[in-house]
Amino acid sequence: MAELLQLAFSGLSVGAIYALIALGFALVYNASDVINFAQGDFVMIGGMGAVFLLAAGFSLPVAIALAVVAAVLVGLLLHRLAIEPARGASPVTLIMITIGASIFIKGVAQIVFDKQFHSLPSFSGDKPIVIGGATLLPQSLWVFGGVALVLVLLWAFIEKTLVGKALLAVSANRLAARLVGINVTAILALAFGLSAAIGALAGALVTPIALTRFDVGGLFTLKGFAAAMVGGMGSPLGAVVGGLLIGLLESFSAGLISSTYKDAVAFLAIVLVLSLRPRGLLGRASVERV
Amino acid sequence: MRAFFSSRWTTLGFLALLMLVTPILAPSSFYLRVAAQVWVFSLAALGLTILTGYAGQISLGHAGFFGIGAYAVAIGPEKFGLHPLAALAAGPVIAGLVAYVVGRPILRLKGYYLAIATLGFGFIVALILQSEVAWTGGPDGMRVAKLALAGWKVSGAANWYWISAGFLLLGAYVALTLDASPTGRALRALHDSEVAAAGAGVDVARLKLTAFVLSSLFAATAGGLLGLMNNLVTPEIASFMHSVELIAMVIIGGLGSVIGAVLGAAFLILLPQVLTAFQDYDQAVLGFLIMVFMILLPDGIAPSLRKLFAERWP
Repeated sequence: MAELLQLAFSGLSVGAIYALIALGFALVYNASDVINFAQGDFVMIGGMGAVFLLAAGFSLPVAIALAVVAAVLVGLLLHRLAIEPARGASPVTLIMITIGASIFIKGVAQIVFDKQFHSLPSFSGDKPIVIGGATLLPQSLWVFGGVALVLVLLWAFIEKTLVGKALLAVSANRLAARLVGINVTAILALAFGLSAAIGALAGALVTPIALTRFDVGGLFTLKGFAAAMVGGMGSPLGAVVGGLLIGLLESFSAGLISSTYKDAVAFLAIVLVLSLRPRGLLGRASVERV
Repeated sequence: MRAFFSSRWTTLGFLALLMLVTPILAPSSFYLRVAAQVWVFSLAALGLTILTGYAGQISLGHAGFFGIGAYAVAIGPEKFGLHPLAALAAGPVIAGLVAYVVGRPILRLKGYYLAIATLGFGFIVALILQSEVAWTGGPDGMRVAKLALAGWKVSGAANWYWISAGFLLLGAYVALTLDASPTGRALRALHDSEVAAAGAGVDVARLKLTAFVLSSLFAATAGGLLGLMNNLVTPEIASFMHSVELIAMVIIGGLGSVIGAVLGAAFLILLPQVLTAFQDYDQAVLGFLIMVFMILLPDGIAPSLRKLFAERWP
């Protein structure tokens, strides 16, 4: 029993990170219909940036804040220089552009940082908390807290502020939003910046638990995408549910079946869910318009 | 002039000419080896020309099929005592069967969903190749026995240059013939509008599966050739980066164009050779170029050139 609880704890911690990445996917996808394959690289920028800024002498909170700002800049540049000029391109073209961006970011990261694995110190010590025979790292609580905070802030931003409502309007209908005077380009840039910030925050939160390196973004992209898809592309609640679900599935299959193939679980989940419910668990049904 | 450009014999003739001229211009065995790699990767890219260019279905996992072909020529002779030629044929057969089984569920997905499902497939193949150490040698890969035909050991850059060129010419013939056939027209219809194609009586699901299986045969054959040529296979061959390179070849060269696939393959194979001086920067440069091409030249090299010619000599 304690073993199962332990697996659940580690699954939820990782799943919460996937949920944050999936939220970033959902934000960008809703606003622009673009799936950003560089989403996981924001996680890497958050983690690696914090590691190197900390080494440069900044305190941990400042290092993390600066790393998040750096990721936001990269996100804004990505939107301005790569996505905006290709507006209206086909999905295949957009996929290739963001994949190119992801490779580019990794390439630059191995020059700016290095090719080694790095870790951050835990935010509040490494003394495990014992619950029902299983242990929970204090850092996991930071991860849960981070996810909850991001969800609340995001909700408040979208529901309570005018800019948030404009983001919602652009997601609903870009042309109509433009007609009522919303600056769609600025809103799309905002979506990219926000999703970069969320991704980088996830990176800073997870690096004390999992190691980081210039190329960890790839797997985070895939898992986050799987989470967003399983939950229902574009649904924020679905992103969280999907993330936790993928994290739990991974953790249990690693503990009970084989840890070698745990990374394959996310994809099997995708194929399974999409075969049974093509719009994801919490996604709306959609009709193809001809 | 237009008829001349659109005839498949013109394309095949141009390709054959290129193959004949290259050894004259660049006779050293180093250049021949690089050129042979270009032909092999062009062959794999041609499979994606059929799937993505003709039928409009993306695959981000084709390196998986490439890997199946490559490991077939490594595992077949060593573990089952197969003749290398039989193993070279077995690779595409296995890849085709896998493509059939995997393709049935995932080809119902579209766009981004299909992209990520195929990506997952390629990822799982790479994971298996890396993890099943007893069969595949794990991350270090395994050696491939040299191909021997009736006592003649096939090795050396020149031999492999002509063998891979021959396979590519055959592949190009198949792709061009398919394009000109009713099936090819149905595939193009599928690309333009799935609903309209279905309305016109095209069996959409079966046709997508056909294109997927066919493209897996191209990739696995190319993988087998590369394995025999290099005498070494590693799991890298099935990696995501490799899948991206394959699809980038097709898109940079020009979606749906046979010459485009060859140009794209040549571009991406020659690039690292040119960039060896900036070894640390090659990944950054590759990513940058993919972005620049997609933004500035979304049609690819070959169609853009053809458009230029068509404007000059209508």
